Amino acid sequence: MAHKLPRTSRNVIRGISKGDWTAGGAAAQHGAMPHDHPDHPHALLPPDPALRVKALETILTEKGLIDPAALEEIIDTYQNRIGPQNGARVVARAWSDPEFRAALLADADPVLADLGYYGRQGEHMVVVENTPQQHNMVVCTLCSCYPWPLLGIPPGWYKSDAYRARAVREPRKVLAEFGVTLPPETAVRVWDSTAEVRYLVLPMRPEGTGGMSEEELAALVTRDSMIGTGLAKVPT
Amino acid sequence: MSMCAEVSAPEPVFAEPWHAQVFALTVHLNEAGRFSWGEWVERFSATLKRHGLSRELDGGEDYFRAWLETLEMFLAEQGAASRAEAEVMRRRWEEAYLSTPHGAPVRLRG
Repeated sequence: MAHKLPRTSRNVIRGISKGDWTAGGAAAQHGAMPHDHPDHPHALLPPDPALRVKALETILTEKGLIDPAALEEIIDTYQNRIGPQNGARVVARAWSDPEFRAALLADADPVLADLGYYGRQGEHMVVVENTPQQHNMVVCTLCSCYPWPLLGIPPGWYKSDAYRARAVREPRKVLAEFGVTLPPETAVRVWDSTAEVRYLVLPMRPEGTGGMSEEELAALVTRDSMIGTGLAKVPT
Repeated sequence: MSMCAEVSAPEPVFAEPWHAQVFALTVHLNEAGRFSWGEWVERFSATLKRHGLSRELDGGEDYFRAWLETLEMFLAEQGAASRAEAEVMRRRWEEAYLSTPHGAPVRLRG
């Protein structure tokens, strides 16, 4: 299994940026808690790593090395404002505007900066275009480098050892596990991200999308299609 | 924008609150100039490699445990938060949780 998704509980993070957890809040927010005890004599103890993170935060705050408000802002940004919808807008525009597409493929950084997609982990972006001759797929074999401004935080499988090792070794097999089967004449090229270079795949525009607006096109662009483990959706 | 539901509502970004907190802490320290992202990646990938030798990492909880371990080591190395300081503070938080009545806000004492 190349891409076992970690078990997650939706919106578990909601509310954590409101300062200290209350005892009841910790139980409600904490996915790891097996159950809530309304008659619990004391606050539910968060798991060990959560306490260790709090410890670091407290120490660094007391030393004036961090600003707790900035932490809240960072969490809010990645939780609510940045995600694959940014990358999808870029792809839809590239499908609709040949000049934009050419500029994006030639040197993505200034084009993306114009759109406001820069900063954190998007410092040097390279956009690679899928064609009938070549399918592109992105991995980070080192850790989990990823174009945050365009795609947000990587999914669990992107960070897994299995994907990181197998994407390079047997990309076609990994693609098949994602439900993507390519014609034999399409070559697969795997791009290994680093702290310096991040990649975005420009998927092929699906058939039958002739008169669609950029907004309609963006809705066909999935996160996985921009990592290269999926294709853009075909309109129904 | 109803057609965008598919791309704008993926699985939650962080499975646990502490995953988000340790992530934000690291990004903030990087932006505050405590270390470069390259320095972080170098250490983090070394931790992942070390952990991955004994078992396969699934990219979820174990990934963020490796992240936290890296940050603790890095901050100790920099002198920003020593191992001993971190352990003392962790215990203080543990005691605060255990001595706070259920439902009340948990705060450090002293």
